[in-house]
Amino acid sequence: MTEVQKVDLTKVKPYGDTMNDGMVQLGFTLPVPAGDEAVEAARQLVRKMGFDEPSVVYYKDLGIGYTYFIVYGKTIHTVDYTKIEVPKVDVDVMSKEEVEQYIKDNIKRNVVVVGACTGTDAHTVGIDAIMNMKGYAGHFGLERYEGVEAYNLGSQVPNEELVAKAIEVKADAILVSQVVTQKDVHIPNLTQLVELLEAEGLRDKVILCCGGPRISHELAKELGYDAGFGAGTFAEDVASFIVTEMVKRGLV
Amino acid sequence: MSKLNLDKNLIERSRNAAKNIADEVQKFIDAHTTTSTERTVVRLLGVDGVDEIDKPLPNVVVDNIKEGGGLERGAAYWIGNAILNTGLTPQEIAEKIAAGEIDITKLPAKDEGEIRETVYEIAKKTVEKIKANREKREEYIRTLGEGKKPYLYVIVATGNIYEDIIQAQAAARQGADVIAVIRTTGQSLLDYVPYGPTTEGFGGTYATQENFRLMRRALDEVGEEIGRYIRLTNYCSGLCMPEIAAMGALERLDMMLNDALYGILFRDINMQRTLIDQFFSRVINGFAGIIINTGEDNYLTTDDAVEAAHTVLASQFINEQFALKAGIPPQQMGLGHAFEMDPDVENGFLLELAQAQMAREIFPDAPLKYMPPTKFMTGNIFKGHVQNAMFNMVSIMTNQGIQLLGMLTEAIHTPHLHDRYLSIENAKYIFNNARSLGDEIEFKEGGIIQTRAQEVLRKATELLAQIEKDGLFKTIEEGKFGGVKRSRTGGKGLDGVAKKDSGYFNPFIDLMLGGDR
Repeated sequence: MTEVQKVDLTKVKPYGDTMNDGMVQLGFTLPVPAGDEAVEAARQLVRKMGFDEPSVVYYKDLGIGYTYFIVYGKTIHTVDYTKIEVPKVDVDVMSKEEVEQYIKDNIKRNVVVVGACTGTDAHTVGIDAIMNMKGYAGHFGLERYEGVEAYNLGSQVPNEELVAKAIEVKADAILVSQVVTQKDVHIPNLTQLVELLEAEGLRDKVILCCGGPRISHELAKELGYDAGFGAGTFAEDVASFIVTEMVKRGLV
Repeated sequence: MSKLNLDKNLIERSRNAAKNIADEVQKFIDAHTTTSTERTVVRLLGVDGVDEIDKPLPNVVVDNIKEGGGLERGAAYWIGNAILNTGLTPQEIAEKIAAGEIDITKLPAKDEGEIRETVYEIAKKTVEKIKANREKREEYIRTLGEGKKPYLYVIVATGNIYEDIIQAQAAARQGADVIAVIRTTGQSLLDYVPYGPTTEGFGGTYATQENFRLMRRALDEVGEEIGRYIRLTNYCSGLCMPEIAAMGALERLDMMLNDALYGILFRDINMQRTLIDQFFSRVINGFAGIIINTGEDNYLTTDDAVEAAHTVLASQFINEQFALKAGIPPQQMGLGHAFEMDPDVENGFLLELAQAQMAREIFPDAPLKYMPPTKFMTGNIFKGHVQNAMFNMVSIMTNQGIQLLGMLTEAIHTPHLHDRYLSIENAKYIFNNARSLGDEIEFKEGGIIQTRAQEVLRKATELLAQIEKDGLFKTIEEGKFGGVKRSRTGGKGLDGVAKKDSGYFNPFIDLMLGGDR
C-alpha cells in the first residue's frame, strides 16, 4: 500500500480526485454550429489554454448556430504557492462590540461615516449590507454601531453630492459602493471622487474606502483609496479598518 | 377554493382600504400635470425626432410651453392653438419652435371649442393606431399561439440593441416567452428619452422608440419561425414614465415594468411627480393591452423577505387599485413579488410557498410576476442553480403568471448566452415535470404554510388600515415600504409638476379611458 502523494507547495496544480491530476471544468460557448467540427474546435481551444486530454462531456446548440460546451481537461501548469504575496487590508478585524469599545477608548467621540452608491450605479445591495441597521447575514450594519454616525445616501449619487455631504457632516470616512462594473464604468467614477476630494483639500482628512464584488484592495490602492473591500465583506471588517486607521493617522 | 383558509373579510377590508388610499391620491393626481405627461401628449400628437443638439422635440415643445408659463394649460391646448394659427402639423410646429421661429404660448388665442376639435381629430388617429397594435397582438396570439404560463421571462442587457437582438432570438429559440431589454443604468433619471438606435450602454440598453421597433421586428420574425408569439418588455419607470408607455404602445410592446411607487422609493424621484406620471402611463398601458409588472419584489432586496412580506401584499393591493383607476383590467396586472428569503431560514421554502399561494388566491385573475432570488446569490453558481430550481418549484405549484428566470451567474455579471440557456432548461424541466402538482395538493389545516399566509394577510390588513388613516404620502415619508424614507418635496423631478388650470385638457385620457376599448 502506497501513501497518498503529498502536496508540493512550490508546484501547486488543481486537485480533482487525485493529487496533481490537474483536473479543471470549463463552460463556454463558441459562435459555431453544433457538430463534430464544433467539438473538435472546443478541444483544440482547451488544449491551447494549457490543458492535456481535453474532454467535451456535453454540448448543446443554443439556437442561433452557437454551441455551449462543458469540457474537462488536465492543466499542465503549476504555481509556486510559497512565493505568493497578496496586498490585503492590513487590520485585525474586531467584532461590533470590540469596535464600539475601541471607539470609546481611543477616539472618544462619534465616528461619522458617509456612504453611497455613486455615479449611475443603482445597486444598493452592497452599501446597504455594510451600512443599514440590519446589515447582512446576521452581521449588523454600521447604523447599529454605538459611536458610529452613519449616513447612507443610497443609489446614483453624484460624486459632488457625496463630497458635499461629507463636508456638511464632517465625515471621518467615506464609503463608495460600485456594483455595476461592466465595461469598467466604475474606474473613471472612482477616480473622479479622489480628484474631487483632493481639490477640496479633504483627501488626507478622511478615510476613503470603496467596495463591491469586483473591487480588490490592490485596485483600490492603485486608484488612490485607503482600502478596497470585495465580496464577503461585513460591516465589522470596514469598521475595524476605519477606526484603527483613524488612530494610526491621528485623525481622532 | 382556498388552500390557505384565508379570511375573506380581511381580504375585503384590505381591498377597501387600498381603494380609499388610491381615491385620496387620485384627487391630487387629477388636479395636476407634469412635464413628462405633457411631452407624452406631444409625442402622441405625432411629434418625434431631435433638434440640432440632439434634444428631443417633445422636450423642445414642452420647455417652450413651460418657459411661457403655459404648462398649467397642457400641451394639447397649445398645439391645437398653434395648428389653428399656422395650419401646420404638430411635427412642423415642433421643428419651428426648435428653429426659434415659433414661441408657442405667444400666438393669438383661438376659440377653445375649435382647439379641442382640432386636437381630438389628431388624437383619435393615434388612438386608432394603438388599438390596431393591440388587435395585431391578439391576432398573432390567435394564429401563432403562445407559451404556457408561467411565461418564461429572460432579460438581455448588452448595451447594444443589435447584440441584444441576437441574444433575444437565441433565447426565444431555447424556449423563452418574454424578452425584457434592460435599460442602461441611469436612464430612469434622464428627463428625456434618447432618440434612434443605440449601441452603447452600461448594464443595459437605452430605451428608445427605434430600439423598441428593431427588437419588435426581430421577435416577430423569430416568433413566426418557431410558431410562438414572443412578448417584449421594457421599463416604464423613472422620470419619463408616460413617454415610455406611449412609445411602447406605438411599437407594440407587450409588458411594461410600471409601478406606482418604485421610482419614489428606489430612484428617489419626487413622489408627486411619480404618482401623477404613473396614472397617464397606466392609462396608455391599459388601453394598449400591455401587461404591467409592478415592483414589490424590490422591497425584499432592501428589506427582509420574511419580516417585510406583508408590505409586499399591502403594496400589491395599492397597485391593484391604482391600476383599476387607470383602466387596467386584472388580466393585465402582473403584480410583483419575489423568492428572496435567506436560504438558511429553516422551512424557508414553506414560507415562500405560502406567500406565492396567498398572492395567487387574493389576486386570482392577475398574471403574477414572480422574481427570482438575487439578494442571496453568492457567486457559487451551482448552489445558485439549485436556488433557482426551488424558485421554479414554488411557481409551478402556485400557478404564477410570469416567471422572471433566475440566472446562476446572478451577482457576477449580466447573463452570458449559455447562462440564459441553462436557466430556461431548468425552468422547462421543472414546469413540465411538476405541471399539475398544484392541483394535486392541499395544505395541512393550521400547518406552517396556512398559518404563515394568514399572518401575512393579517399584518397587511393592519398596515393598510394605518395607511388609510395616515395617507400614502405620509406612509412613504415614514419609510414603511422597503425601509426607504422619502419626503414629499424631496427627490428628483418636482420642478416638472404643475397644477392644471380650468382650461386644461388631455384628449388621450378621455379617449383611452372612456372610449372604444
